[in-house]
Amino acid sequence: MEQKIRVLVAKPGLDGHDRGAKVVARAFRDAGMEVIYTGLRQTPEQIVNAALQEDVDVVAMSILSGAHNHLFPRVMELLREKNMDDVLVIGGGVIPDEDIPGLKAAGIAEIFTPGTATGTTIEFIKNNLKRKA
Amino acid sequence: MNEIETIQQANTAYEAGVQKAAARFPERKKMFTTGSNAPVNTLYTPLDTKDINYVEKIGFPGEYPYTRGVQNTMYRGRLWTMRQYAGFSTAEESNKRYKFLLDQGTTGLSVAFDLPTQIGYDSDHALSQGEVGKVGVAIDSLADMEILFDGIPLDKVSTSMTINAPASVLLAMYIAVAEKQGVKPEQLNGTIQNDILKEYVARGTYIFPPEPSMRLITDIFAYCSKDVPNWNTISISGYHIREAGSTASQEVAFTLADGIAYVDAAIKAGLSVDDFAPRLSFFFNSHNDLFEEVAKFRAARRVWASIMKNRFKASNPKSLMLRFHTQTGGSTLTAQQPDNNIVRVAIQTLAAVLGGTQSLHTNSKDEALALPTEASVRIALRTQQIVAYESGATETIDPLAGSYYVESMTDRIEKEALEYIARIDSMGGAVKAIERGYVQQEIQDAAYSYQMDIESGERVVVGMNKFQIKEAPPTGLLKVDPIVGEQQSQKLRELRAKRDNAAVKNSLVTLEKAAQGNDNLMPLILDAVRCYATLGEICDILRGIFGEYQQKVIL
Amino acid sequence: MSERMALNILDNPRHLARLITMIERQDPARIEVLKALHDKTGKAHVVGITGPPGSGKSTLTDKIIGELRNRGRRVAVVAIDPSSPFTGGAILGDRIRMMRHATDEGVFIRSLASRGHLGGLSRAAAETVRALDAAAYDTVIIETVGVGQSEIDIVRCADTVVLVAVPGLGDDIQAIKAGVMEIGDIFCVNKADRDGAERVVRETRAMMETAIMNGANTRFSGLYKAVYEHTVQQARLRGENVQEDPHGGALRIPPVLLTIAEQGEGVSVLVDEILAHHAMLSDTEWLLKHRHENTMWELRNAVADNLLGWLDNANAHSQLANAAEAVLHKDTDYYQALAQVQEGIIAAGLRLVSD
Repeated sequence: MEQKIRVLVAKPGLDGHDRGAKVVARAFRDAGMEVIYTGLRQTPEQIVNAALQEDVDVVAMSILSGAHNHLFPRVMELLREKNMDDVLVIGGGVIPDEDIPGLKAAGIAEIFTPGTATGTTIEFIKNNLKRKA
Repeated sequence: MNEIETIQQANTAYEAGVQKAAARFPERKKMFTTGSNAPVNTLYTPLDTKDINYVEKIGFPGEYPYTRGVQNTMYRGRLWTMRQYAGFSTAEESNKRYKFLLDQGTTGLSVAFDLPTQIGYDSDHALSQGEVGKVGVAIDSLADMEILFDGIPLDKVSTSMTINAPASVLLAMYIAVAEKQGVKPEQLNGTIQNDILKEYVARGTYIFPPEPSMRLITDIFAYCSKDVPNWNTISISGYHIREAGSTASQEVAFTLADGIAYVDAAIKAGLSVDDFAPRLSFFFNSHNDLFEEVAKFRAARRVWASIMKNRFKASNPKSLMLRFHTQTGGSTLTAQQPDNNIVRVAIQTLAAVLGGTQSLHTNSKDEALALPTEASVRIALRTQQIVAYESGATETIDPLAGSYYVESMTDRIEKEALEYIARIDSMGGAVKAIERGYVQQEIQDAAYSYQMDIESGERVVVGMNKFQIKEAPPTGLLKVDPIVGEQQSQKLRELRAKRDNAAVKNSLVTLEKAAQGNDNLMPLILDAVRCYATLGEICDILRGIFGEYQQKVIL
Repeated sequence: MSERMALNILDNPRHLARLITMIERQDPARIEVLKALHDKTGKAHVVGITGPPGSGKSTLTDKIIGELRNRGRRVAVVAIDPSSPFTGGAILGDRIRMMRHATDEGVFIRSLASRGHLGGLSRAAAETVRALDAAAYDTVIIETVGVGQSEIDIVRCADTVVLVAVPGLGDDIQAIKAGVMEIGDIFCVNKADRDGAERVVRETRAMMETAIMNGANTRFSGLYKAVYEHTVQQARLRGENVQEDPHGGALRIPPVLLTIAEQGEGVSVLVDEILAHHAMLSDTEWLLKHRHENTMWELRNAVADNLLGWLDNANAHSQLANAAEAVLHKDTDYYQALAQVQEGIIAAGLRLVSD
C-alpha cells in the first residue's frame, strides 16, 4: 500500500472555536492526507499520546483563545520527552505576530494566522515533513 | 392590459436587451450570488413581489407579523442599546473597562467571561492553565463579581452576560451583588445568553448533556418569571452558528429551531407559554451583504411570530415579538490591513439598524489579531453613533421595505428557514438533530464551500485574497498578563481560608440532593453563591449528578 | 534491527506505532519484525465490532474500553475508516470518541484508513492485530464500518464479533440479515432509547430462530453444541444432574442486547457476554478451531493476492496480451486460450515473492 501523510489536527485547551480546525481537516483529507481530529478540550498529554499511537507525521494545532503561549510549548516539551522530534508541528489561530518568534523557538515549525489559505498550509506540510512519507 | 402585464412585457424587452448587451460585453461573473451563496438576479421588479400580501406578510411596525419591526415607533422613539462586549483579565481590570465604556456613551454592559468561567472550572483547575482571563474576565466566586460591578449601580444599567452552561450560577452572583447594593431582583435589567444548544453545534462551551442542561434553563425561566421579571432569560443565538460558517438562512433556521426546543421544554416543564415567552430574546450576526442581512432580520421576525402564534398558540403580543441583539460578524474581519475592518463593521452596523435590531455590539478592527484596545473599541462605538446620528437610517422605520429585491429575499429566507425547520421537526426537534450531528454537518458543509470559494478567488476578500500589500506587523495590541492565572489562584486560596466552609458544604450538599430530584435549582444555587461557594465547586456538584456532554463531531 | 524493534515494542508504544506504520504501508521490512514476534502472539482475545455508519460503534467501543479497563485488562483498538476513492485521503473519525483514554497507558488506539483496496487492508488489519497481541494487550478490538463483504473479511480475524445495529436507520435489518449468520457472535442494538429498539431485537431473534429451524449453517450453532456437550460432561464429572436439552444446544441463539452507549447503559452486560463468549471458545477448543480456519483463510487470501500481483507484472502481461490477440483473430477459441495461458504460467515456473 502507498504511503500517506498522516496528520493529527488538535484543539488544545478550552477554546470551542473549531470552524478553522474542521475546515483544515477536510482540506487535508482532500489533499490526500489521513487526518485524525481530536475534538475539543484536549490536554497536551492527550495530544502527544494520540500523536504517538497514531504515528503521525504532522501535528496541527489550533487555538483562538490566546492560550497558545502556554499550551503550544507544553506540547513540544512532551514530544521531546518521548523522542518524537521527527514530527512536524504547526499551529494556527488568533496569534499575535509578536508571539510567533517565541513559539518557533519552542519548536513549532510555522504559525498560520487568520486568512491563510488551506493550500498554503498543505504546501508547507508537503515541503517540510521531517521524515520521509 | 393590467399593470403587471405591462411590466411583464417591458421586462421581457429589457431581458432581451440584457442578453444582447451581455453578448457584446459579458457580465463580470457567470453567477452572481449573495454573501451566503444564494443566486441573485440581474434585476428585481414588481413581478418578484406581486404575490406578497402586504398586510399579512409585511404589515406594520409593532404589529403581527412584525416584519417591519417590533415597536410602533422603532428608532424614532428610542435608539437601540449600544452595548460593547467586553471583559478580560481580572474583575478589577474589566471593571475599569466598563466604566470607560459607560463614560464613552454605551448604554448597556456586556460581560465577556474567560473560558474556565464559561466551562465551570475555577481558575486553579488544571484545565484552566493558560486560559485564565484570556477571552474574558475570570470569575471564580461572588467576591470577583462584587469587584466586577463595583461602583456600577445595577438598578441603572442593563447588563448582558455571555454565559451558557453555568448561566444559573452567574445570574445568581449578579442577583447577590445587587442585594449587596440594596437593589432588588425585580429592579434588575439584563440578559443571560443561557443558550446551550448552539454551544453543542457552534461555540463549544458546554458542560452537561442536553437533558439536564434544558432543565437548568427552564428552572431559570420559571424562577425569573416570578422573581426577576425584567430579565431576559435567554438569548437564543444564531451569531455563533453564522460564525461557524452557516449561511444566512441556516442562521435563521437553526436559531429558531433551537427556540422551538426551548419553548417545548418550558411547556413540558409545566410553564405556560405567555409566562416566559415575552422574556425570550435572540442574538444574530450581521455580515457584509447589506441587503441579505436586512432580509434575514425581517424574515426571522416574521417566522418567529408565526411559530409562536400558530404552533404555540401564544396570545400575549410580546410572546410573538422577536427582539434581538446583533453583533457584527467576527469572521468577516481580516488580520490583513485591519483598518479595512472599520469599513466592514460600518456596513454591518447599517445592516443591523436597517434590520431593526434592539441592541448592537460593533467589533473592533483589531479583533482578528487580539482583544481590542480602548482606542479601537472607541472607533467601533463611534461607528454605531455615526449610523445613529448622521446616516439618516434611523429617521423612518424599516426604510428598505418595499424594495423588490429585499422583499423577495425576505421571502426566500423565510422559505428556506421553514424547510429546515420542517426537516428538523421530522427528526424529532433540534435536540435530536444536534445529537445526530445533522445541524453541525450542514454548517460545516457551508463553511467548507465558503473557504474553497475564497481560495479559488471566486469570492474576494479585500486585502486578504486580493489587493494585498506588504505590511509591518501590527503594534499596540492588548495583551493579558499571564500572571492573572496566579493572581486568581491566590485569591481562591484566601477565599477558601476565610469563608464559612461549613456553610459552603451545607449549601452544596443541599444542591446535590435537589439536582437528583426535580426542584427548581435556582434558589439553591443562589444560597451557595451567597456563602461564597465557587463556580467550580457548584459545577462539580452538578457534573457529578448530570454527567458531562461528549461532543458529536461529524467531519 | 528488527529483532531489537521486536523486543522494544513490548515496552515502548512508539516502536509499536512505528511497526503498525510499516504494516500499513506493507513495508517488506515489517516481515522480519513480525516473524520475531510470532511466538508472543495468540494470547489476546480479539474482538471485532462492526455495524452501519451512525450506529454508535465508536462510542460503544469507548465504553467497552472503559469497562475492560475496570476489569483490569489492557486494551488495544484498531479503528478502520474508509479512504476517499477520489483523493485517497481520509478522516479517521473514530478516535475522537475515545480521546479520554489517550493518557491511559493500558490503552493503545490506532486508526487505519482503507487506502483504496480492502483486500490489502484485511491483511494489514490482521498483521496489526498480531502486533498488538504480541505487545501484550489482553483484548484487541478491531472496529470497522458497515457489514459488507470486505468488512466481514476484516473482522474474520476476530475471535468474537459484535454486530451493532440501531433502530431507525431503515435498512439496518437488511444489513443485519446480510451479515448475521456469517459473522455475528453477539448482537447489540445500540441507541436503545430510540423508538423501535425492541422491534429490532425481536426481529433479529426471530430471524436467527428461523434460520436455525431451517437448518442454516451458522457460525454459532456448532459452538453452542460443543458448549452444551462440555457442560454436560463437566456436570457428569462432578456427579451432578443436568437438565437435558433434546436438541443438544443446537437451538440456542446468540445474545441480542440493548445498549445506550452514550450513557454507558448495557455496556457492562455486553462486556460480560464478550468475555463469556471467549470463555466458551476456550473451554471447547473452538478457539483453536476458529483460529485455524482464520489462518487458513488468511493464507488463502495471501496466496491469491500474491498470484494476482504476479499476474499483473509485465511477464504475465505479455502472455495475456498474446492470448487475447489470438482470441480476437480467431486463431483460437477463448477456452483454449485460457488453458494455454495457464499452462504457460505454470511452465514459466510459478515463483512468487512471499510478500
